[in-house]
Order: sequence, then C-alpha cells, then structure tokens
Amino acid sequence: MSLSQDDVKRIARLARIEIDDAQAAATQGQLNTIFGLIAAMQAVDTTGVAPMAHAQELSQRLRDDVVSETDRRAAFQAVAPAVEDGLYLVPRVIE
Amino acid sequence: MKWETVIGLEVHTQLATRSKIFSGSSTAFGAAPNTQASAVDIALPGVLPVLNKGAVECAIKFGLAIGATLNRVNIFDRKNYFYPDLPKGYQISQLAQPIVEGGALKIVVDGEEKTVRLTRAHMEEDAGKSLHEDFHGMTGIDLNRAGTPLLEIVSEPDMRSSAEAVAYAKALHTLVTWIGICDGNMMEGSFRVDANVSVRPVGQAEFGTRREIKNLNSFKFLQQAIDYEVRWQIETLEDGGRIEQATVLFDPDSGETRMMRSKEDAHDYRYFPDPDLLPVKLDDAWIARVQDELPELPAAMQARFVEAYGVSAYDAAVLTGSRALADYFEAAAQACGQGKLAANWVMGELSAALNRADLGIEQSPVSAAQLGALINRIHDGTLSGKLAKQVFEGLWEGTGEVDAIIEARGLKQMSDSGELEKIIDEVLAANPKSVEEFRAGKDKAFNALVGQVMRATKGRANPAQVNDLLKAKLG
Amino acid sequence: MSFTDASLAALAAQLAGKSVSSRELTQHFLDRINALNPSINAFVTVDADKSLAEAAAADALIASGRAAPLTGVPIAHKDIFCTDGWLTTCGSKMLSNFVAPYDAHVIQRFKAAGMPSLGKTNMDEFAMGSSNETSYFGPVKNPWDTARVPGGSSGGAAACIAARMAPAATGTDTGGSIRQPAAFAGITGLKPTYGLVSRYGMIAFASSLDQAGPMAKSAEDCALLLNVMTGFDPNDSTSLERDKEDYARDLDQPLSGLRVGLPKEFFAEGLNNDVARAVEAAVSELKKLGATTVEVSLANAGLAIPVYYVLAPAEASSNLSRFDGVRYGYRAPEYTDLNDMYAKTRAQGFGAEVKRRILIGAYVLSHGYYDAYYLQAQKIRRLIADDFAEAFKVCDVILGPTAPGTAFKLGEKSDDPVEMYLNDLYTIPANLAGLPGMSLPCGFDSASLPIGLQLVGNYFSEAKMLNVAHQYQRATDWHIRRPEGLLP
Repeated sequence: MSLSQDDVKRIARLARIEIDDAQAAATQGQLNTIFGLIAAMQAVDTTGVAPMAHAQELSQRLRDDVVSETDRRAAFQAVAPAVEDGLYLVPRVIE
Repeated sequence: MKWETVIGLEVHTQLATRSKIFSGSSTAFGAAPNTQASAVDIALPGVLPVLNKGAVECAIKFGLAIGATLNRVNIFDRKNYFYPDLPKGYQISQLAQPIVEGGALKIVVDGEEKTVRLTRAHMEEDAGKSLHEDFHGMTGIDLNRAGTPLLEIVSEPDMRSSAEAVAYAKALHTLVTWIGICDGNMMEGSFRVDANVSVRPVGQAEFGTRREIKNLNSFKFLQQAIDYEVRWQIETLEDGGRIEQATVLFDPDSGETRMMRSKEDAHDYRYFPDPDLLPVKLDDAWIARVQDELPELPAAMQARFVEAYGVSAYDAAVLTGSRALADYFEAAAQACGQGKLAANWVMGELSAALNRADLGIEQSPVSAAQLGALINRIHDGTLSGKLAKQVFEGLWEGTGEVDAIIEARGLKQMSDSGELEKIIDEVLAANPKSVEEFRAGKDKAFNALVGQVMRATKGRANPAQVNDLLKAKLG
Repeated sequence: MSFTDASLAALAAQLAGKSVSSRELTQHFLDRINALNPSINAFVTVDADKSLAEAAAADALIASGRAAPLTGVPIAHKDIFCTDGWLTTCGSKMLSNFVAPYDAHVIQRFKAAGMPSLGKTNMDEFAMGSSNETSYFGPVKNPWDTARVPGGSSGGAAACIAARMAPAATGTDTGGSIRQPAAFAGITGLKPTYGLVSRYGMIAFASSLDQAGPMAKSAEDCALLLNVMTGFDPNDSTSLERDKEDYARDLDQPLSGLRVGLPKEFFAEGLNNDVARAVEAAVSELKKLGATTVEVSLANAGLAIPVYYVLAPAEASSNLSRFDGVRYGYRAPEYTDLNDMYAKTRAQGFGAEVKRRILIGAYVLSHGYYDAYYLQAQKIRRLIADDFAEAFKVCDVILGPTAPGTAFKLGEKSDDPVEMYLNDLYTIPANLAGLPGMSLPCGFDSASLPIGLQLVGNYFSEAKMLNVAHQYQRATDWHIRRPEGLLP
C-alpha cells in the first residue's frame, strides 16, 4: 500500500507541521520508500504473539501521595516565548 | 411522532489526592497561575511521569463501591492532540484496559427505582486552563490544574429523561464524596458532567445520532442543557433535518447549546500505550486493604437504618443523601436511642434551619450530641414538642446545652400534678361558660379549656396530663 | 606526562596523588577543544568558566578527602541531556535557545561524582540520524577523515573522544546511536540494559528504546563510567531497582570457557568485506584467549529495521508534540492563529529528518492503521527478543559487526533515508530486546578507517561484556590508535 499526497497532508495537519504542495509531493515519495521497507513486516505470521511494549516485564512503580514540588515558575518562565502575569500567552483560543 | 430520549453520561471527577497523578505538585485549588506547575506538569523536555498510588486507590475504591470488575492489569495510553492547555501534546489516559469496568448505580425518579449500568471508569490527567480574558488578543494558559488526577466515569446510555440523568449524576456525586475520592465541589470543577444525548422514535431499536454536551458543572445546567438539546434535536428531525455527531457547549445565559469550534478536527487521537509507564498491577491483598478502608456504602446503610432505627425506606434514603448527613443522623439517634424521633428532627427542624441559613450539615451549629440530648428530654417527658423547638432555637444560637437552656428559660414541662391541678381549678373557675358547654355535650369546649390551661402554664404543662386531669375533674 | 591519551584510571590516580589538579586537566582538554573543534564541530556549547568552576569544586573535594573514584576527571555530555544553566539544544533549532532549568539524572550523577563538564556535544537532531548530518549546528567531522561522517546520533561524543578532546563522554542509544559512532570513530561505547540508566532529563526520542551509556577510549574506562551512570531513579518509572554493582569487577577474569555466539544473520549479504575480515580476526583472537564459538540464529533480526521504523517514529511523533512554541523553545515569528502558530513553529523548528519521522509515526498510529503497523511491530519485537533468549541458552555473549561498513562520506547517504537507515541493521535488535550492546575497535579498512566489533550480552551482563572487551583490548592495540595529523 502507498500514501497519497492527501494522506501526507492529512498526517501533517494531525502533526501540526505546515507543508506546501511541493513539500508534500517530495515527502510522499520519501515516505513511500520507507513504507516499502516497512512492508516486510506484513508477511510475518504473528498469530498468538503477545505485543511487546516494554523491554522489561515489570509493573508500574507507585509514588506515595505526597507533595514534593515547590514553585519554580520564575525559572521555568524565563525560557518561555511569551508570558504575562504568570500565564503562558498563545494566540487566542476559540472554544 | 413520539420520541424517546437516550442519555449516557461521562463524568470527570477530580480525585481528592494531595499531589498530582504523575508529579509531586500540589492539587490545591486557587493558587497563583503556574505556581503549582512542576517540570513534569509543564512538560519540560526530558521529564517523565511516575504514578500516584493515592489516585489508583481512589479508583479501586470506586470500583468496589459500584460492584465493578477491577482489571488486575490496567494500562495507560497516550491520547494525542494539540491544545495549549495540554502541555505534552497528549493526555495520559486509559483506553483499552481501564482500571474499572462494569458496575451499576441505583437511582429513584418519581418513586420508581431504576438501575443505571456503568461502562467503565478510567484514570487520566486533567488539562490546564485557558483564560480568555484579553491579553492583547492572546489567551493566557495556567497549568496549575494540568496533571490533577481524574477518574472518568462512563455510563451506559440507560437514561431516558433529563430527570433520570440528574438523578444518576446526583447519586454518583453522593457516592464519590461518600467514599472520599472526590470533594464534589462543582463550582471548582471537581465534578464535571458531559452528556451524550440522542433521540429516536419510540419503538425504534437503534440509537439516534448523539451529540455530546461538554462540561456541565451544575445539576441545574445538566437538566436545562439536556432539555434544550432534546427539544432542538426533535425539532430538527421533525423539520426534516439530520443530526450530525458533534460536541457542543451549553451557554447558561441563553439556555442554548452550540457547536465547539476547537473540536472540529479532534477525530484521530492516535492512542497507543504510554512507553513511559508500565502496566499497573493490582493484587488481591492490596484490593482487600482498600476494601477495609471503604466506609459502609449508602445502600447498605439505608437497609441498616430501616432495620436498626425503624425509619421508613424513604427517610433512610433521604438521611443517606450524604455521608455527613448520615453520620449526623446516626450519632443523634445513638445519643438518644430514638431513631424515628431523631430522623424527624434531622429531616424537619434541623434541615429547615440549615436551609434557611444556607449551611451544610457539616456546619450545623447544633451538634448531633446536642440534638440527641434534646430528643432525650422529649422522650422523658421533660419537654413537649413545642418547648423542644424553643430549646432547639437556643441550641442553634449557641446559648448553652439542652438542660441549661431548659433551666434558664424555665421551659421544663410541669410534672408536679398538684401544681397543675391548682391551675386547672383556677381555669375551671374562670371559665364557667365553657364548663357548662362541655357538660352540654360540646366537645369543642373541652379543647378551649385545654388551651386555657396550656396558656396559663406557658406551655409547660404536659398536654396528655392536662387532658387526663381535666376529664377527671369534669367527670 | 601526557594526559591526552591517559586512561581514566591513570588520570584519577594522578588527581588523587595531586600531581595534577582538575583545573589543569580540564584546561588541558579545553585547550584541545579550542584548537580542534573548528575543524571537527564535535561541541555545540563550550563554557570554559563553568567547566573550570566545576573543576575547582572537584579539586576542593579531592583536597577534603571526599573524592569519588573519578572525581576531577572531566567529561563531555551529549546535548540531549538537560543541564541546569547550560544551553540544551538536542541538535535542533527548536531548542536552539533552550537553557535547561534542571539537571538530568545522569548529569546529577556525574556532578555528584565530582566530574566537571567540558561542554555539550553535537548530535543528530533529536538523536534521529546515523551520520550526525541532521544537526541544526552542522555535521560533525570524523577525526580519522574530516571528509567523512563520525556516525550518529552521538557523533560529537564519538569524535571528541577520537580526537582526544575529552577523556570520556556520555551518549545515548535508541537504535545504535552509541555503538555505530563508536565504531566509525574507533572508540569504545556501551549501551546498557534498558532501565539501568535513568532516562529522566534525557530528551526523549523513543522512550521504550532510549538508553544512555558511556563512550571512551577503552572498555576499562567504560566500566568506570558505567559505575557512575547506573542506579535506580524514582523519577523514571522504567528505572530498575537493583543492587549497585561494580562493572569493573570482572575485567581481569580470563576468557577460558567463554562461549561466543555468532549469529549467521550478522555475517550475511550486505556486510563489507574489510569489516567481515576484521570481525573474523577478532573471533580468532578471542579463541586464542580461551573462548569457544557457537553459531546461533537470530531469525527475525532482519525485520528489526522495519519494526524499528514503525515503533521509534510512533513514540517520537508523540514525544515531540510538546515542542509547540508555547512554554519554551522556538516559536515562529509570524502566524495568523493558534493552529498556524503550531504548524509554522514546528515546520520551521524541526529539520527534515525529524519531520519525516513525526509523519511516519503519526501515520502508523492513525485511525485504521494501528493494528497493521504498530501492533504488528510490537509482536515482531517480541519474536526478536525471543530469538535472543534462545541464543543465550547456548552462549554468553553474541558477537558480530557493529555496522555493515565504515565511515562514509559526508552527504553520501543524506538524500536517501532508507540507505541511511540500513546502517543500524546490526545495532537495532539489541534496542528492541532491551539488551546491552557495545562496540569496540577491531581494526581498520583499506581506507584506514576504524572498524567496530559489536558484543551483545544477556540482560545485566555488562560486567561480562566488559570483561571480554577488556581482555581483547589487553591483547590488541586497536583502541590505542588515534587519528594522525590532529594535535599531538
């Protein structure tokens, strides 16, 4: 199977990456080469094989419900693109 | 055409933990913006989540309380979408293997009991808040709420009216606050309801297309929003229109619902298991430990109240409207040994006074022990019901304990029959007309005489005793 | 006495004996960086004042008698580790202005050990690359031949060790990013068992595969660095709670009885002849040292690249969503609305390879494709791990080439992603299984470029692997050689 240019634009939109038609065309070619490589997977019979999500078969460790963090807003916002009154500023959000 | 409404609710309850679900930040409400947003909460590069045990225990408690299946292995997934109040660009949630599946909740609407089935409940993290005040045309983002633990509780589409939806939401609210996993504060967003609403012609088996009303933060809005939405959907269909699946917001000012613009393309969340978090495993010993911490649940308590205190099923349901109320009632009932009387006082005089003062049971100026002492004085004949109300007022105003108030105000019921007889004689002497009328067969005259005696004793006479003595004397 | 080529143990001994101070040692390497970096581009950030202040603190620690084994020995950190007060760019324009407000767990450990930082090393953008050509800060040049790549993504780290600009460096390895550059640059590098080194503060590429490890001149040096790096971290849910071990404890053990597994799939078609010959010579050397060999099969290893190029981009597409121009990093200067701000910020802030992988990842996770790609890849990942488990029933360590060839020319493969991806053919399987792997020099090709020998061990067998590598390095001198024509 291969990706259409519309597929490329759709996933670029999902991933919030601006892409113009020329880039979409170039990307389409590259991605299809890569998916050609990936296609080797499809021939493998994996019936009954449990998916492996983690390198170790362990269970989640739990943290005690304790407040351990202090206010570091000044340090964190020192590297922020736009802040005011302690808030991060973004272009207006319309709900 | 007759239409049937179908409603399912998704309720986001903020779990009453001290710290966030994946970081050690405080969850306290109302801090200055972004002062409770740690490196993990603002998703600095390189940070990682570690799961809060307290949040898991809240979810276990809920699962036990609704008789659900607790998945011994449950998994956190990433729900990917971009939004400025979602710092990582994904929300950590549970999709395929949630911690809680199944269970049910009983509701009563118009005296009819109904069971609402629950689909699932899963743990996830809350998002931050977008503040839409004008910052030169920009929106401000506060991430203090980001990472607050949520239990999202999803019902089956089992409700058929807004009244049923409200009853279910209230029962759920009672339960989550009862078992202490949520503070229930709807104004602060601790209990937020999304309603999936559809309509279908009566008799049709398949569901209509649903629209989801987001973020309803009061029972009143829940009712209004559903009622509006149902009317709108029926009108649309009757006008030959179609319902498109959509996410809508309810505007309390206009009383209408409207489409959410920001959700237009939220259709492909690309869920996958979060590689930063391992499967959460629950073992029987842990579940048993949490079970031991669980208080007696409303349904069990209702049955016990009927059994132990002789109250009606209806009263038992009212008294278990919240755990604080139930605890209050039980303490009062135990203090006096008079369950029915205690129930009457709690649901009558006390509730009325609390309502007038806009206070919750937790803030009652009259303690359960005081109310119990008051009821004792009624039971032992010291106080008539009328006098007791005066004592209650004294307790409410904080003027002292029951016996001291009785003493100070001279409210003690007369028990000395000699003194009472003397007063009765005086009343009979002063009202010969009434005596005559009574003897002529007019029962009303007897009541007038009782009233005179009560007035003369300033209400302190025991009405039964007055009756007996009067009858004897007029005999 | 020259510090340039000295082992970490030798440097530590001189520091302990106070024949040299950490400040002098740090200055020595800063001078080399100063002289060589313009032609190698191994470092993206150098801050001599900060380095020397850390060195002075190390000297105080030594003077007070509270020194740890490597206190005072300077080290270079891959720019993927958040470093408090230092620019931390991850090789990307997206983070080109990001001064980290906290230290990664690994950085904390080296700081606690009293090891001053020499600076931040160049890398492929967000660790996505096998040549260091995707860095926003320009490619790193291979010190053996500056027309060639040093490998990647830890290309700066490998090059700075090869050019003796630092005695030690940190790297990270998601699909071979420690081992492949170590091979191309003629140094020794080790990727530990997944979970041994905390990922906290290490900017995530593919969370279920990423693992940090040491890069140095020898196995012995790597063992000492590993002693510092490993340890349980409560801030990383995948960090393993294990007793502390001394990875240098078995270095001097003889190799008699060692069973070396040779996977036939690692010696098949596609392997460069010079590389094959050098690896076979290394096998003979190990046999001389008492090892026996056994053929093993990793039947599904050939699927490692397809599996990896589903799983790693999927995780990356999600991990890199946080770079949205809101809280830190680059924000596009002009935009019309929120979504336009996101789309332009990410289009301008990420380079081509990163965007390519984000798109692959978004696609394989998107509606309707998950089962065919992501889930299928996770299942084959299990088959690959099972192959290793089977192999380790009959051998103690698996041996093969690190990469199919040696360092290639700058630009030679940068237009062909697939050709580039095939470089990690032999390294990716260990990441998928979570196994430890290392690369060490085993010879040179006809163009005098270094060749890497790969060892893959069973879980937690780092001490054994280091023992094998150390014994091999005692018998050979490949790891001692360094590029000529640089500084003496």
